[in-house]
Amino acid sequence: MKPIIELTDVSFAYDIGPPALERVSLAVAEGEFLGLVGPNGGGKSTLLKLVLGLLEPGSGELRVAGGTPQAARRMVGYVPQYARFARDFPISVEETVLLGRLGTARLLGGYGPADREVARRAMAETEVLELRRRPLGTLSGGQVQRVLVARALACEPRILILDEPTANIDMRGETEIFDLFKLLNRRMTIVVVSHDVGFISRYVTRVACLNRTLLCHQPLPIGTEVIERLYGMPVQRIPHGDAREMETKP
Amino acid sequence: MSAFLEALSSHAFLQHALAAGALASIACGIVGSYVVVRRIGYLAGGVAHTVLGGMGIAYFLGKSPIGGALVAALLAAMIIGWVSLRFRRHEDTIIGALWAVGMAIGILFISRTPGYNVDLMSYLFGNILMVPREDLLLMAGLDGVIVALVLMFRKQFLAVCFDEEFARLRGVPVAVFYLGLLLMVALTVVILIQVVGLVLVLALLTLPAAIAGQYARSLAAMMAAAILLGIAFTSLGLALSFAPDLPAGATIVLLAGVAYLLSAAGRGLYLHLGGRRARTPPGKG
Repeated sequence: MKPIIELTDVSFAYDIGPPALERVSLAVAEGEFLGLVGPNGGGKSTLLKLVLGLLEPGSGELRVAGGTPQAARRMVGYVPQYARFARDFPISVEETVLLGRLGTARLLGGYGPADREVARRAMAETEVLELRRRPLGTLSGGQVQRVLVARALACEPRILILDEPTANIDMRGETEIFDLFKLLNRRMTIVVVSHDVGFISRYVTRVACLNRTLLCHQPLPIGTEVIERLYGMPVQRIPHGDAREMETKP
Repeated sequence: MSAFLEALSSHAFLQHALAAGALASIACGIVGSYVVVRRIGYLAGGVAHTVLGGMGIAYFLGKSPIGGALVAALLAAMIIGWVSLRFRRHEDTIIGALWAVGMAIGILFISRTPGYNVDLMSYLFGNILMVPREDLLLMAGLDGVIVALVLMFRKQFLAVCFDEEFARLRGVPVAVFYLGLLLMVALTVVILIQVVGLVLVLALLTLPAAIAGQYARSLAAMMAAAILLGIAFTSLGLALSFAPDLPAGATIVLLAGVAYLLSAAGRGLYLHLGGRRARTPPGKG
């Protein structure tokens, strides 16, 4: 089967500092649920930005759905690591989710009934429909995260990309939102960045471990032994790396 | 105040002044809301002050200063927008330089203009009591352009102000709409120069919107409230300044400033006293 995301020897460096990614090769098949783990500064977010076409690889080749990342943007739904917007921005939940229709909705004026229906379904699926009139700034961290997932779903994506979607959520919320991702995985490819290997291994079909270069990508089922290896690896191989990232939650 | 109302019924210049205040409030409420939520007040200030250069050159060449202001404002918006997109790291230094250089050019050209010396003060601080009928029509026309642009592209402007990265991912040409936003700021500056002058433009552009933003639940509501506040400030400021013969522009701005401080203080007190809804702190990476 042809991979829907394919990186071949991709390297990237920012203007200042050491290379963020070095010769990363990774193929994600359609329908996969890939967990991307690794220490802080290990290049996880950089890799996502490359796949989204927000950054250009320094070298190597990157194909998304057989074309350039820019060409594939319409079929990608993206949930950022944290809310980049001001919390007091005057916008309702529904208006936020409707932004996912940009690029699909008509150019001029407001949204059409079809757009509102897609947004409504996305909000129902993420269980924020009853909050739709609430200003975004009055929601809890977990609720905001669900709204951002709804916004990504409103793009009607083939690929869903999430950058630490549960960083500001408690354990119960985390379980609920990953149960939702598992459901969504039936109809779309999912790539999720996480700091919690033990937790996501219950959901993902494969884990890729990234620390500037791809250290492993392990197919499931992940046995206890493999998880232990994943936890141990960054600590052993990168003496100055941040080992906390790899610890499981109590 | 009663003297003002009496004079209002008999003097066309006062009616023009009220109309000018209302027309300026429409542009201010809409564009000011974008400026406040996108936090580009400094860029707007840069555009406003650079405009004096264009007015001075137009005056020197014997052309209409307001026409010069329009050209200069649009030019300044393009340059400042380009600087902001291209040299983000040095944005404030470069805009500060443009700000000062624009004003210096204006003052040089005005001082070199033969004939009686123009009232520089009226460019800097406006003269709402001397707005001619043609300028009212120009202001209404510019308002029309702004309203039409916002109605057509409200989705895109909202997306660019709210979450630029996501807008880019959805194929919105972010730079185009960012520059479009600054061009609307430029048009608003030209409208406002008549009312409060270019030094005080920033106050009327941001204060009504900032007050509205403390209460509004959507950008559209924020714009509507900001327009109404703007009309209230300009009308009341005009009335208050009339009898004691105070400068109208400064009175209007002072009124808006006091209202903003009272609103911010009142809101702070309200939140402090526990009227706040339960909310979690904003997410961080």
